[in-house]
Amino acid sequence: MLSQLIFLYCALVIISTALLAVRFHNPVYSVLSVLVLFFHIAGLYLLLNAEFLAAIQIIVYAGGILILYLFVLFLVNLRQEIKSQRFVAHHRLSTVVSIILGLSLLAIIPYFKLGAKGNYPVARIEQLTHTKALGLELYSTFILPFELAGLILLIAVVGGLVLARNDKDDTADDVRDSTATATPEVQK
Amino acid sequence: MIPLSWYMVLATILFSIGIYGFLVRRNIIIMFLSIELMLNAVNLNLVAMSHYLDSLRGQSFTLFIITVAAAEAAIGLGLVIVLFRNKKTVYVDHINELKG
Repeated sequence: MLSQLIFLYCALVIISTALLAVRFHNPVYSVLSVLVLFFHIAGLYLLLNAEFLAAIQIIVYAGGILILYLFVLFLVNLRQEIKSQRFVAHHRLSTVVSIILGLSLLAIIPYFKLGAKGNYPVARIEQLTHTKALGLELYSTFILPFELAGLILLIAVVGGLVLARNDKDDTADDVRDSTATATPEVQK
Repeated sequence: MIPLSWYMVLATILFSIGIYGFLVRRNIIIMFLSIELMLNAVNLNLVAMSHYLDSLRGQSFTLFIITVAAAEAAIGLGLVIVLFRNKKTVYVDHINELKG
């Protein structure tokens, strides 16, 4: 009973903050409401006995990815953003498409049947602790995808650096150097 | 005990809201944020199913999806920075170079 109440509370907050996030004029408010949403999804993970994933959700999503979004948002002129149109031209058609898609996905759910049970019942996970059980699974069955995930992260680091690098940096440095040698007093 | 279908309904609604946000918003940063909403809906579904199936496969998949989401955010936001540097806009309907 209590767990159902907690689920309903989390579901209500998740749906309302998701709707707010896609409707807000101000993108900073959108990012902050998605932050609340990520915390409540972590709460649902705790309800599902996945405490390691709840911690990862808060550390990686709320602590890492959303901060990246906030930094990139500083590019946007917020005063102009609040006044300008926030939807594309044909947004009514898009609304209808997404509602139809959601309803058809909901209509499929009653025909879902659970498959065969695995070999990690809740009692065994609780005895091993969730982190250790997940680690055992990751380092035995999923060792190749695990290594590939590391490779993807490496590519993301290198790609992000290459993309965000300013090509005009060298010339700017040259100009600054020449002005520095010409009039050193002007430099602060 | 919470039935599995509750989690699936919640994940479906969250996924549809993500699709709605991706289709209607002009700002490319909010479009990326909607992709994160969809990824979170899928993660919720996977974790719920792996709990009800007594298996850890879904949770391992969730870990990989979080990794890919972090990589996607880094690369995608790098692309947004390059776009803003070249075109001075973050609105998708201003990017119409290929339109005849």
